[in-house]
Amino acid sequence: MTPPGEALEAGPGRGRRRVPIAVAVGLSVLAVVGLVAVAAPVVATNDPSTQFADRVLAPPMPPRFVDAAGGWHLRPFIYPQRLVDRLEQRYAEDTTRPISLGLFVGGALVRPVDAAAGPWLPLGADRLGRDGWARLAFGARRSLGVAFTACAGAIALGLLIGLIAGYAGGAVDALAMRAAELVLVLPVIYVVLAARAALPDTLPPSTVFALTTTVLTLLGWPMVARGVRAIVAREAVAEFAVAARAMGASPLRIVWRHLAPATLGFLRTQALQLVPAAILAETTLSYAGLGFSQNAPSWGTLLHDAADIAVVVDAPWLLAAAGAVVAVVLAINLATLEAVHRR
Amino acid sequence: MWRFLVARASLLVVLVLAASSAMVAVTSLAPGDVTTESAMFGATTAQVARERARLGLDRPALERYGLWLGRTLRLDFGTSFRYGQPVASLVAARAGHSALLAGVALICAVAIGLPAGLLSGSGRFPRTAAVVAGVSLVLLSLPPLLVALLLTFVAARTGWAPTSGMQSAGADAWSTGARILDVAWHLVVPVLALGLPLAASFERVQQAAAADGAGARHALAASARGVGLARWLWRALWRPTASPVVSVFGLAAGTLLSGALAVELVTAWPGLGRLMFEALATRDTPLAAGCGAAAAAFLAIWTTLGDLAAWWLDPRLRPEAGR
Repeated sequence: MTPPGEALEAGPGRGRRRVPIAVAVGLSVLAVVGLVAVAAPVVATNDPSTQFADRVLAPPMPPRFVDAAGGWHLRPFIYPQRLVDRLEQRYAEDTTRPISLGLFVGGALVRPVDAAAGPWLPLGADRLGRDGWARLAFGARRSLGVAFTACAGAIALGLLIGLIAGYAGGAVDALAMRAAELVLVLPVIYVVLAARAALPDTLPPSTVFALTTTVLTLLGWPMVARGVRAIVAREAVAEFAVAARAMGASPLRIVWRHLAPATLGFLRTQALQLVPAAILAETTLSYAGLGFSQNAPSWGTLLHDAADIAVVVDAPWLLAAAGAVVAVVLAINLATLEAVHRR
Repeated sequence: MWRFLVARASLLVVLVLAASSAMVAVTSLAPGDVTTESAMFGATTAQVARERARLGLDRPALERYGLWLGRTLRLDFGTSFRYGQPVASLVAARAGHSALLAGVALICAVAIGLPAGLLSGSGRFPRTAAVVAGVSLVLLSLPPLLVALLLTFVAARTGWAPTSGMQSAGADAWSTGARILDVAWHLVVPVLALGLPLAASFERVQQAAAADGAGARHALAASARGVGLARWLWRALWRPTASPVVSVFGLAAGTLLSGALAVELVTAWPGLGRLMFEALATRDTPLAAGCGAAAAAFLAIWTTLGDLAAWWLDPRLRPEAGR
């Protein structure tokens, strides 16, 4: 057992060595997911909406390097899948006929070289026989799109309100901060739920996207605004700001050139906290059936498909979207470890 | 102190009225009404018209709001369109279920999170601290919705706990003891789903507070005097850090409310969150208003209790002490 003083001295040294690994892991996971989202049409193995009638709830078909006889192959391959019993949804692998995977076959990044073997479903299929991996990849676009747009919106709105409140002070400041506190105590998910319930049940995906991002922006700004206001109010009386004012700089120039840059570090940590919150909000909303519709896969709608526990028990691959959400949120938390340690 | 309580009580009234009014507005403005959204399939136009007239849905929205407001101010919360039962008793029963779930989850979160945070923040157990920090990081990345989904899957796969509802079929005929055990058995999955992420956030706050406190002079002095470890942790470390930790409980209310909705949806727990969700989906105006009022009252009372607890622990925070 070490005395407390010694442990305190040892702490930061160990932390400095450990933290970059966590940050690197977090950032690389985020980069991979981001790439998948951007390149979804190329990375997806099939069209996300195509229903393969013979593949309802088919299990995943992982790329293999070891064949049934135990021999190793340098080039990955798959065993084609065959429907054995439609009622029981049983499938069998044809181990006599390995099919190699090729790069850039027919416009996709990776695809079996022989299309005659039927569709390749790396993450299995859902209850309508749709490609789980393709839906996950296209869902990443929608879920991350909503999260990052909402985050950018909340940062912009919070920065604007915080700058004005912090610089103007007085009644404007008081009003803005009371409004921020009011929004902060609202239980976010119920507000979104109520707002969404006031609208028709089915809306086109673009409308859902705009609505969800708007609502999440309106709910996300207060934390940003409060922090920005505190920083600006502190910096506004600093010598450089006073000097700029004495030299006749306009309020706009003082705020933008001299005060706003001080908030950059704070905005970065805020952004990294808003993105996971937005991803989770979208997921919960779509899970409850109030987000995107079935034709527009997002991680939330994928989980909505997996809501029937009786089906999921035998088809755990339907929970892949949960894994994706956890991976992204965990990666963001890992990437922010450094910022937390520094503070 | 009294001025504060009066101010909070009036805030509560305003919040409850605002939340329930918002619910009325939302369900009234939404396309469709209870006759189109619930089980009136196959009814003739005349039947639907009669039902709408009975519920008062044929009147203008503003007039309906006025009538609702008048009744509510006389503490008459009306009858649920869909269930045909008084809103007050319906909401009270479901709120009780939610309170049971949230209360047990909160106790678990405190019982796990605070000691873990204290140990890892004390600086005395670096290995434990590293493990706890890792587990916390993972749990913080797992919101109640996902924990509920994963635990339900595990429970259904292994059969170690029931996956949905609050009671087994036919439990009403059992003895009281058996019924309590049955409910406790059904609580396992929802409580873990709600409590584990909360425990992780408590652990982080307590860890940060304890890490600050471990270097403070009184803690070092106690340590130098040779105070025993258990006593040092409890008296020198935990007691002074209690008030920042308690202030976090106020913030946990939002997590409990929002998390409860997700958990209740996944595990079919018959609580307030699901009731409100159903009420909104079926445009059941009186019921949605009642649920909104209950949630707002919970939020207001909870934050007030949180402030009072913080003041009780740390007199410096009391309103009469400052300014």
